[in-house]
Parts: sequence; C-alpha cells; structure tokens
Amino acid sequence: MALSRLSSSSASRCVDLLINPLAAAAAAIPRRLISSDTTPITVETSVPFSVHNCDGPSRSVETTPKELVSFFKDMATMRRMEIAADSLYKAKLIRGFCHLYDGQEAVAVGMEAAITKKDCIITAYRDHCTFLGRGGTLLECFSELMGRKAGCSKGKGGSMHFYKKDSGFYGGHGIVGAQIPLGCGLAFAQKYSKDENVTFALYGDGAANQGQLFEALNIACLWDLPAILVCENNHYGMGTAEWRAAKSPAYYKRGDYAPGLKVDGMDALAVKQACKFAKEHALKNGPIILEMDTYRYHGHSMSDPGSTYRTRDEISGVRQERDPIERIRKLVLSLDLATEKELKDMEKEIRKEVDDAIAQAKESPMPDPSELFTNVYAKGFGTEVYGADRKEVRSVLP
Amino acid sequence: MAATFQGLGAAAALSLSGSFDPNRLHLPCRRSLSVTRLSFVVRLEERIVSGSNLPPRRAQQLVSKAVATKADAASASTASKPGHELLLFEALREGLEEEMDRDPQVCVMGEDVGHYGGSYKVTKGLADKFGDLRVLDTPIAENAFTGMGIGAAMTGLRPVVEGMNMGFLLLAFNQISNNCGMLHYTSGGQFKIPIVIRGPGGVGRQLGAEHSQRLESYFQSIPGIQMVACSTPYNAKGLMKAAIRSENPVILFEHVLLYNLKERIPDEEYVLNLEEAEMVRPGEHITILTYSRMRYHVMQAAKTLVNKGYDPEVIDIRSLKPFDLYTIGNSVKKTHRVLIVEECMRTGGIGASLTAAITENFHDYLDAPIMCLSSQDVPTPYAGTLENWTVVQPAQIVTAVEQLCQ
Repeated sequence: MALSRLSSSSASRCVDLLINPLAAAAAAIPRRLISSDTTPITVETSVPFSVHNCDGPSRSVETTPKELVSFFKDMATMRRMEIAADSLYKAKLIRGFCHLYDGQEAVAVGMEAAITKKDCIITAYRDHCTFLGRGGTLLECFSELMGRKAGCSKGKGGSMHFYKKDSGFYGGHGIVGAQIPLGCGLAFAQKYSKDENVTFALYGDGAANQGQLFEALNIACLWDLPAILVCENNHYGMGTAEWRAAKSPAYYKRGDYAPGLKVDGMDALAVKQACKFAKEHALKNGPIILEMDTYRYHGHSMSDPGSTYRTRDEISGVRQERDPIERIRKLVLSLDLATEKELKDMEKEIRKEVDDAIAQAKESPMPDPSELFTNVYAKGFGTEVYGADRKEVRSVLP
Repeated sequence: MAATFQGLGAAAALSLSGSFDPNRLHLPCRRSLSVTRLSFVVRLEERIVSGSNLPPRRAQQLVSKAVATKADAASASTASKPGHELLLFEALREGLEEEMDRDPQVCVMGEDVGHYGGSYKVTKGLADKFGDLRVLDTPIAENAFTGMGIGAAMTGLRPVVEGMNMGFLLLAFNQISNNCGMLHYTSGGQFKIPIVIRGPGGVGRQLGAEHSQRLESYFQSIPGIQMVACSTPYNAKGLMKAAIRSENPVILFEHVLLYNLKERIPDEEYVLNLEEAEMVRPGEHITILTYSRMRYHVMQAAKTLVNKGYDPEVIDIRSLKPFDLYTIGNSVKKTHRVLIVEECMRTGGIGASLTAAITENFHDYLDAPIMCLSSQDVPTPYAGTLENWTVVQPAQIVTAVEQLCQ
C-alpha cells in the first residue's frame, strides 16, 4: 500500500506514555514502505519485569517498524480467527471442545518474534493461535476445527490436537499438564543432538498445580536441559480463580532453584524481550520459568459463558486498558508508521482472508471412512480391518 | 526380501508338516524347549516373514523326556551349532547393547539404570560404555520421565524407558495411553513414537500385592501400542531388538522370576518378529495358549500329560497386542480344543480378549468351549501358600486338559 509523506505535525501525536522520548524524534523521519523498513526503534515496556533468582532483561526493547506492523497484522488475524471460530461453533460447524485464545495473542506473537522455527513450542489445548504463529495456515486451522480432510491433523485431531512438525510445533494436548514432561523430552532431544535450540513448554495457571510439572522441572534442571517453562497465567483455571486454586500464585517463583521471570503478557514487545532473554539463559544455564500475565476474554471454552466467575466489568476493563492489539495500534499510530485508515484497511483485508479460508474449509470433504484405521500404527501388519457391522467400512492396513 | 534360514538342513520348507514325519517319531518324546526356535537372520528394513520350526538333527534321536528342564537344555545344546550360554537378563542386555551400538539415537532412561547398573542388572555396564547422556538415571518420577521419553521420541530419538517394576508405570498411565498411543493418530501421522517401555512384572516370590502386578490387562485396550512378552533368553534378545527397531511404541513385558533362566543362543545377530507367536511343542489333541512365566508351568504339565497319553500343542503367544491369530488359528483348526493359561487376572485379562478373538474367528472349528485358566481376582497375598493359590499351577492345567479332552 502506498504511504504518504509524513507532515511535521505528526510529532505532536507522540505524547503516549508508552514510548520513550527517542521515538518522538524517530516520528519526524519520513515513513518508507513498512514492509521493508527495518530502522531500529527502541520502546520501553510499561510494566517492569519481576525476577526470581536472576537478573531480568532490560526494559528497552529493540524493534523495527516492519516488526511492529507485522505484530499488528498477526494479532489481528488471530483475533479475527478466534471470533470466527466462535460463530462457527454457535452454528454447530465446530463441535466438541473449542478453547479460544483471544486476549492472549501477544504471547504467541511475541514469542515467535524471539525464536526460530527450529526451536520447539508445545502447548495445551488453547493452541489455535500458537499454531498460526508457527506458520500454520487459516485453511488448515478451520478445516481441522470442522473435521475436514484439509486439516492439519487430517481432521482426526480436532481443536485440541493441532500439530506442525516441520516448524517445530508439537501440539495441541488435551490433558492438563501432560505436555510439560513431553516438552522437557523435546528439550532433552535437543540437548542430545547438540543443536543449540530451545523448547518452550506452555501451560496455564491451572496446570501449574500439577505434580508432573515439578517432576519434569526437577529432571530438566538436573540434566541441564534447554527447556523454558512458560505459564500463561490468565488468572482462571476454567472457573476457579487463581487465588482459590493456588496457595502461592507467584508462579514464576515456584521453580525454587530454577530462575523465574514475570512478564506483562499483554505487551507483545515485553514478551519478545523475555523470550529472547530466556532462550539465551536456557542455552547457557538451564531451565527458566516465565510467567505471562495475560487474560482471556472468552470463557474457558465455548461451553463456558465466562461470566459466572468474573464480572463483565472486569472483562471490559481489561479490554479497554490492556488489550494487546490496541496497544500495538496506538504505538504504530504514535510512531507514525501507518495511518488509522491503513490499519483499518489491513483489518478489512484480514477479515476477508478469514472469510475466504472458512469458505474454502467448508468445501473441503470429510475424511474417508478408511481413514478411521490409518495412522494407528506407524507400520501396520497388512491386516484387514472393519467397522462394527463388518459391511460398510472395510480396509486393509498398510 | 530374502530371509536366510539358519536351521540345520533347512530346505525352504515353511510349513510345519513338511519338516518332520510324525510316523517316525511316534514316541511321546518331543523336542526340548531350547531346540524349538525360529532362527533366521533378517535384513533391517524389511518385514520379517514367518518362519517355521526346523528341528535340528538331534531331535531325530530319542529324547527320553518330553520336555527339557533347565539342566537338560544346557547339555542338549552342546551338540548343536556353537552359540553362547547366558541368562535372560544378560540376553536383554546384549540385545540392548547391540542396538545402542548400531543406532546412536537409542538411549535408556529409568531409575537406577546407569551407575547402579539396573535393579535387575539388565543395563549393567552400559553407562560406563555409552556415557551419562545415553544411559540416564532418572529421579523417581515415572509420569515425568515416561512423558519425556515420549517427547524425545516425537523428535526422532529412540528411548528405552525402564519401569523398575511394571506396576510403577501405572503412574505414567496417562502418558502411555494418551500421548504414547494416540499421538501418531491425532497428529494425522506427523509424529512417530518409536519408544520402548519395558520392565519386569508378574507375580514373584512373596513380593506383596503392589509389586506383583500384571499390567498387560490394563494396557491392552490402548490403541496404537504393541505389547510383547518375552519368556526365554532367545526370544528376550530378539524381541528387545525388534522392539527398538519398530516405529511403533512397544511395551515389552518381562517377568521377575524369569531373569535367571539360562539358555544357549546363537552368536549371529537375529531379530524376531514382534507380531508372531512361538510354537513351543506341536501336538494334536489340544492347543494350549500361554505366555511369559506360565509357559513353564504349561510345559511341566505337558510332561505329565504326555505320560498320560495326551498330545498337547503348546504355543507361546508372545505378541499380546495384536494377537497372532494366524498361528493360533492354524492350531485351532488342527486340534479343535483350546486352553488358555495366563497369569493375568480373570477379569478383563489377556485371556478374556483372546477367548473373544478366537470365538469370533474360529467358532466353527471348536469342538468344546474355550477354557481359560487365569490368576484369581485378588490382590496377591504375601503368604507363600496363598500366593501359590493365586497363580495357575501345573496340576490345574492337567485337570483342565483332561476335562476338555473328554
């Protein structure tokens, strides 16, 4: 899109508390095409990092206009996708469990900005946006949600089982906390093959009370594994508030001997800074725990209204004050990286992309009945398999 | 696709009937335990073709006992081709060591497997040879280290996870059921889980209820895993190697009381078929299906039965999931009577599933209902006499066969 030259009056727009005075000077520079603009910008995070057993990273985050606009675009895509999934669920095209991530997009986007596709991410069931961040397409996402062949798991996994092996996304797990030992196993494999990559094992504040977390943390610290445990603390474990479930809700301190860092999870730049710091730390000194202070607007899942255990004022309050997309929008506008209209156009485009993906996904066929028996074993025995009536579904395993 | 047979005087005979002439050996003496083996060398990637039991030449001589005891096995084997004698746990170790030499992705994790050498000495010496990164001592956290093994397997490593006692793996049931068994399916084939989970189970010598568990009944419904049970040093080594090479998650069940069994095994490398049953003693009157320690109770009962004039066919099913219905079916079609002898509990055990499978597939060939002898549905007591009553004893097997063959 064509960008017009900046007028000198734009400098007066930079009064936002978020940015430091240096940015005001940057705003006076004429804008170039955002998609290739990599002039460094320094932004200070609004909330300081809380540390446990380590020196946290600095509050000044290095970023570029290109990155900021891409943050906006990615987060807006994720938000739009989750809202579309909401309507699809209500239209009964998505069934079963559907856990939506809107409000928490900054964690996914900030983490991606700090790492490569060779690093591994493993998370629980709130995985749609993490999957997108790892390079998944909207079509794969919606097809999987609707149980179609074009889905990332061929329609056999569902909302809670998104995987993308080639870009290091290991899912997508339904049982709370079970992904943490798996994540430490991924880190073990990385250490075994000596490839200088790290694993981010994400879990929620509800899972933080699972015993296997501490078991896995103990082993990871003993063996010096490059594992980073990330607690996405959205303050509610389904319907139970964190102060009712945890004696010590300071999840970043629970590692005891493992260092911890508490991050404002609604600020994509703070998340990026923390993940970068964590990656360096894990490669040198072993596991570290990150606690992302974030919030989800929807209920725990589509079957949960989300308002029986918290007030609507609380939800709208967070939306007004801490929304991650609004924060980046304000930053982009105040730095004059794009106009209001350009951002709105971007959002319209995203909306169209999402609608197209849904339309395409709706046309994708359901899996073949023979798919019922594929992928049960990696190498089958050539046995014949059949459904309950032995007539309709018959197939031969590989 | 050549599978070369090491059997002596082997023609390409693949069928049982072609390899010996029942008329020549009508005496109630059959081959000794150690002699019946499926020994062939297989190339790595290919499917192992079912072989036959090729009797070595000495079976043509008179063997005065129907079944060999341990001492006999040792002496009888000296006449056969040279191999080396070892105990079952040493055979497991040999298999594991060979696989670790062959593939650097194989690693072992478990409690006390490294410096201590393994609580049953299966991994003795491996930590010194391969280092701490490949033979890992874990803390007592089954859920976590089984999960870690599965996570590592998702990236391509081939961990061998040892449960010090199978019963402890109940703590890792979630990881084994949901992650190990199902990840290949729910990811649409993206991840393979080539993990081996092994450990000793079964009723030992007065170990108490919690240390005498038989988990094969709990794990058998998990889709996506394979289960095998070893019973002799020969098949222990072969199954261990096959399990490590398999792309599927395999649970290898060993038995606490079988670790000190001695047998002569070939020097050459061999890998057995994970999905195949072993014909221990061919016969005509009745098919006895068994696995693990009960094989020895059955063979002891077979001695008595042979003296009484019966001719039981004994099959060690080895593959608990999936069942080798081909071998079993052929046997049922021949004898028309089935007795299952197992160490699992009566309710929901392997025998129950096997009974259902045979009835479903071979109902027309059965002359009598399938009888299943299993352990009692009680926690294993400590007192020795009571413990003996919970497991199936040879005398009960003899009575059952007599009842079935009326």
